[in-house]
Amino acid sequence: MKFKASSLDEEDPKCSNRSGPFDLEEPLVRKRKKVERPLDANDLIYAEPWYKTVKNLHLWNTSFIDVVLISSPMGMLGLPFLTRIKGFSAKIYVTEATARLGQLMMEDLVSMHMEIRQLFGPQESCFPHWMKWEELKLLPCSLRDVALGKDGGELGGWMPLYSAADVKDCLQKVQRLKYAEETCYSALIIKAFSSGLDIGTCNWTINGPKGRIAFISSSIFVSAHAMNFDYIGLQGNDTIIYSDFSFLNATEDIEKDHNNFFPTTHDFSCPRNAENDGQELAKSLLHVDDNMEETQKLAFLSSHVIDSVKVGGSVLIPISRLGIVLQLLEQISASLDVSALKVPIYIISSVAEELLAFTNIIPEWLCKQRQEKLFSGQPLFGHVELINEEKLHVFPAIHSPKLLMNWQEPCIVFCPHWSLRLGPAVHFLQRWCGDQNSLLILENELDVELALLPFKPMAMKVLQCSFLSGIRLQKVQPLLNILQPKVVLFPKELKLINSSKSTAFSIFHYCIDETLHIPSLKDKSELEIATDLTFHFDWRNLKQGNISMTRLKGELLREHGKLRLISGNVQQSSEIRQLVHWGSPDLERLLTVLSSRGIKGTLRKAISGSESENASVVLVNDPSQALIEVKEMNTVITATDENLASIIFEAIGSILDGI
Amino acid sequence: MAIDSLVLGAGQEVGKSCVIVTINGKRIMFDCGMHMGHLDHRRYPDFSLIGPNFDQSLTCIVITHFHLDHIGALPYFTEVCGYSGPIYMTYPTKALAPLMLEDYRKVMVERRGEEEQFTSEHIVECMKKVIPVDLKQTVQVDKDLQIRAYYAGHVLGAAMIYAKVGDAAMVYTGDYNMTPDRHLGAAQIDRLNLDLVITESTYATTIRDSKYAREREFLRAVHTCVAGGGKVLIPSFALGRAQELCILLEDYWGRMNLKVPIYFSAGLTRQANMYYKMLISWTSQKVKETHSTHNAFDFKNVHKFDRSMIDAPGPCVLFATPGMISGGFSLEVFKHWAPSETNLVTMPGYCVAGTIGHKLMSGKPTKIDLDKDTRIDVRCQIHQLTFSPHTDAKGIMDLVKFLSPKHVILVHGEKPRMATLKGRIQSELGIPCYYPANNETVSIPSTHYATAVASDAFVRSCSNPNFKFSTSSWEDEHGSTSRNKNFIPRLQVTDDRVAQGILVMEKNKKAKVVHQDELPLMLGEEKHQVKFAYCCPAHIGNLQENQETESSGLSLSSTNDDLLQLLSAKLANEFSEGSLHDFGEHLQVESFHVSICLKENCPYRLRDVGVEEKSEAVFFCCSWEVEDEKLAWKIISMC
Repeated sequence: MKFKASSLDEEDPKCSNRSGPFDLEEPLVRKRKKVERPLDANDLIYAEPWYKTVKNLHLWNTSFIDVVLISSPMGMLGLPFLTRIKGFSAKIYVTEATARLGQLMMEDLVSMHMEIRQLFGPQESCFPHWMKWEELKLLPCSLRDVALGKDGGELGGWMPLYSAADVKDCLQKVQRLKYAEETCYSALIIKAFSSGLDIGTCNWTINGPKGRIAFISSSIFVSAHAMNFDYIGLQGNDTIIYSDFSFLNATEDIEKDHNNFFPTTHDFSCPRNAENDGQELAKSLLHVDDNMEETQKLAFLSSHVIDSVKVGGSVLIPISRLGIVLQLLEQISASLDVSALKVPIYIISSVAEELLAFTNIIPEWLCKQRQEKLFSGQPLFGHVELINEEKLHVFPAIHSPKLLMNWQEPCIVFCPHWSLRLGPAVHFLQRWCGDQNSLLILENELDVELALLPFKPMAMKVLQCSFLSGIRLQKVQPLLNILQPKVVLFPKELKLINSSKSTAFSIFHYCIDETLHIPSLKDKSELEIATDLTFHFDWRNLKQGNISMTRLKGELLREHGKLRLISGNVQQSSEIRQLVHWGSPDLERLLTVLSSRGIKGTLRKAISGSESENASVVLVNDPSQALIEVKEMNTVITATDENLASIIFEAIGSILDGI
Repeated sequence: MAIDSLVLGAGQEVGKSCVIVTINGKRIMFDCGMHMGHLDHRRYPDFSLIGPNFDQSLTCIVITHFHLDHIGALPYFTEVCGYSGPIYMTYPTKALAPLMLEDYRKVMVERRGEEEQFTSEHIVECMKKVIPVDLKQTVQVDKDLQIRAYYAGHVLGAAMIYAKVGDAAMVYTGDYNMTPDRHLGAAQIDRLNLDLVITESTYATTIRDSKYAREREFLRAVHTCVAGGGKVLIPSFALGRAQELCILLEDYWGRMNLKVPIYFSAGLTRQANMYYKMLISWTSQKVKETHSTHNAFDFKNVHKFDRSMIDAPGPCVLFATPGMISGGFSLEVFKHWAPSETNLVTMPGYCVAGTIGHKLMSGKPTKIDLDKDTRIDVRCQIHQLTFSPHTDAKGIMDLVKFLSPKHVILVHGEKPRMATLKGRIQSELGIPCYYPANNETVSIPSTHYATAVASDAFVRSCSNPNFKFSTSSWEDEHGSTSRNKNFIPRLQVTDDRVAQGILVMEKNKKAKVVHQDELPLMLGEEKHQVKFAYCCPAHIGNLQENQETESSGLSLSSTNDDLLQLLSAKLANEFSEGSLHDFGEHLQVESFHVSICLKENCPYRLRDVGVEEKSEAVFFCCSWEVEDEKLAWKIISMC
């Protein structure tokens, strides 16, 4: 079994990197003077963006990867870089919804690049101008760090975007899973459970004969669009790989959270005693406030949107998270209705139509409230009706003829790309950046200074909002109380748990590019033995007492993560002979046993000088000649007759322990 | 241990499907249907047989699809009888079932004026208890019971249900279709290790030909009618058949550029289309693939029908409920349209006796007496739809063969046909098969496994290849070895991996399975090897015969090595190259080891009378282990 804890860890940095915002084309800056001064738009490099994916991907022998688990559509964007490597043959598991959304996002990215290529001309050689050392040397420090990495070793990680063919090829290699569908890889059973972050995002359980592992990616307990974090499905796993990196972006005071991490009333170390009370408490803790706060954020954003359009400004929302976009859409249109404003909303992206259509046909991955809409025959998201009522208009590109005919300002536009370097967002920003009534809404993770540099000076208002993107730190502990693992693997950056406190589980920390070896919890595999095999059992009690044993023969099956022994086509031998012996033979007893079987023998010392020194020998004359040479560790039977040899063998077996 | 199946409905009949299966202490109710043909107590399964307390007696209920004969009794069972445990069904079933139930309730109460069995409120409350599941989602009902739905293709959301408790597992198919149709895919299931399959057998003896011919027939009949200015009435269930036929008509209308309006009777079915649009991922691959550009359930040619349009002039096609013209709107329209011979009524495949649909299908009546005051003249054309979303006999056989369970129970079929199918399953597939009547229980044994801890060495040894080399001549155990000297034995390699180990039970410890070599160490004992050795005299005579035939020049003084080579040659006739190893100094077959004995006093030489006399005797010193006892003596006999 190759896919043990250690190899998973090797996978791990990869997964975490992918699930985070992928390292995108940080705009590189050309430095003219040596002095550090604020960056301006002229420092930027005007070229087709390149990408960084998993650090040191090129150092990996990809053919050694057996399984790749993708937890979110965002976490899939780097996948074609991996799948196009020669020799890559791993199984890739993705939920159906993630596969579809990931595909659309990748296709959109590729199409935006096609467009940008028209602007910058065809791809330069595999080594673009800005990568030349002379150029890099001129960069201001902050941008040189981006280009080269803090330790200067990341220059080799830059890659041009994959092609449409790479995406197609990648998707062909992907195996799509339903919610909590069991899939088998070798002896492992792999299942995906919703993580609540967005539609189709998931956590994983990996179940094998040697133990059970749960992989927790960025998860949200209560979501207003996606199916909630199904932590119940993760129960009963020995090892938890905690891979929610949202704490790195969290705006909350981590220090404060840290203090809250050990509520004195509810101690970490003894949850197993008061299991039920503890779990109930923990469950109630997990469900508080998440959703409320997010709803408030949406309402806040929406009110600003209304304010802007009221004064004749337009609003640009280049947010990447699908769930946020869908909710914001509902929120804003409701607010418009309340204010009796007739302002058109546009969604412009090459995949928008498909994306919206898709969100309305996956009730299986949506939260309870949305599922209720299905059951009462209403569309799952508000956009269906908004389109019917012609309040929302969906176009593949800004140059769509229909858009030009339909266009109306002020308006509200949802479009990619959040980096503000690609897609329709660039055009709209150029159009509205000078308008003080217009509004730009960004996610918090973005470096706004850098992102807005080409559009300076900006009169446009900018609102930056951070949305919940994972498990709050104070919820990690109640969560673990419910999951009751034996081992937890945290990222190195998450040193939450006070080592002086004893916990019910052991903690390991993993970090990038390092293999972590976790002691196996079960060194033995479980074997299931079909009961019909027991009819062939020939139990033998040992002299040591308390122990009995039997030979076992069958056909071993590995199915659904289990080892099973069935009778199959194996012939059960009727004649059972002992094949292994232990103990030391008592010669007197041997003679007695032999004579009881009609064999007469005499004891004599071995012929001196021969090899068989230190051996005792029993000579048999009757019924025919035979010789038994007995030493400390072995016995040799010599007879001219098969039958006699066989009887002697049985006799020796009876004075030794054996099976 | 056993699996008990108590058939509460659909035993040797079609209607009120309901089977209670008890596996290892868990009791699952599969389907909770209603019989459309009865109006008395027989319409519901006899729930009293379950036991006094439903919540305690049943672990859960699983509903396979939204047809009334599978779900019709559910609101009654939960709201009137008081069952409050978990109920599982797929997302589409949960979404569409209330429509079916409400439709039925309305027809029963408002049109037929019957006493209400359950209210709208009951339906709503009942559906709240339902836990929706996705296909293939593995649901842990409780610690021991696992269920999983597989695509059944019969109607939107129809599922076959896999249930597993401990080591015992079974599948309840519900209704299924093994061939894809216009809007649904074919049933799909994994190869599972099953003790029992309970399958429907509606078409237990029918083999159906291609569906396309029958679809064409239907379209031609409709086209002819509307071309002649007639009206087409398609009485159908709100869900399933209506959508399928509508896709068919939409497509045909598009191709033939027809402008004749297609109507859906008020509300219900149009609303159903809304559901279908959201549940498109449960339809066929083709419908799914095109959904983002055109959702197949966005019917462009379909309009809403109003009662005032019944007598409007001009041709049209109308879908109206209920399906069997048992009352309601379809009956109302039928009354108006039946007297005209230009009109057409198409009937679904199955109608319950007593309904007008049944009368229309069983002969060509010219008059139908609705009640003692109303008589309808039937002059319109009648077309019977012959495609049905049930599998045919071949499909059932294919599924049973694919799943290869240890036992099969047939439900949802007609008794004589079930008997025939049972015979086929038993004789062709060798699987015991039963078709119990209602309220009968079938008990079958179930597989069990004992668990033990297996050592790595054991598991490793199981995956070691176990190559057996054999020549065809060696294979032949009956001694008819080819005597032809030119016979070239063919080498055969087999790799039958046999897991062999030792099961060790120690008091208060978990049973362990180890490899035999691990045993002494595990017990803290020294291994004691017991071997065989025999320094046997070479029967030169035997060998000389060979010498003379092969190389007549050899004398008695041939070297010892030559003797060994002669033996080797002889053994090579018996054993394949793969198992015989010639190391020059010695030969080896499995653990059997032979060399020319050079010692004067070999301890393994027995001084038998006769051998001693030959002073210059040559000895073959042999040793072997007990595993190769038989083989050893065979070789010695050849020395």
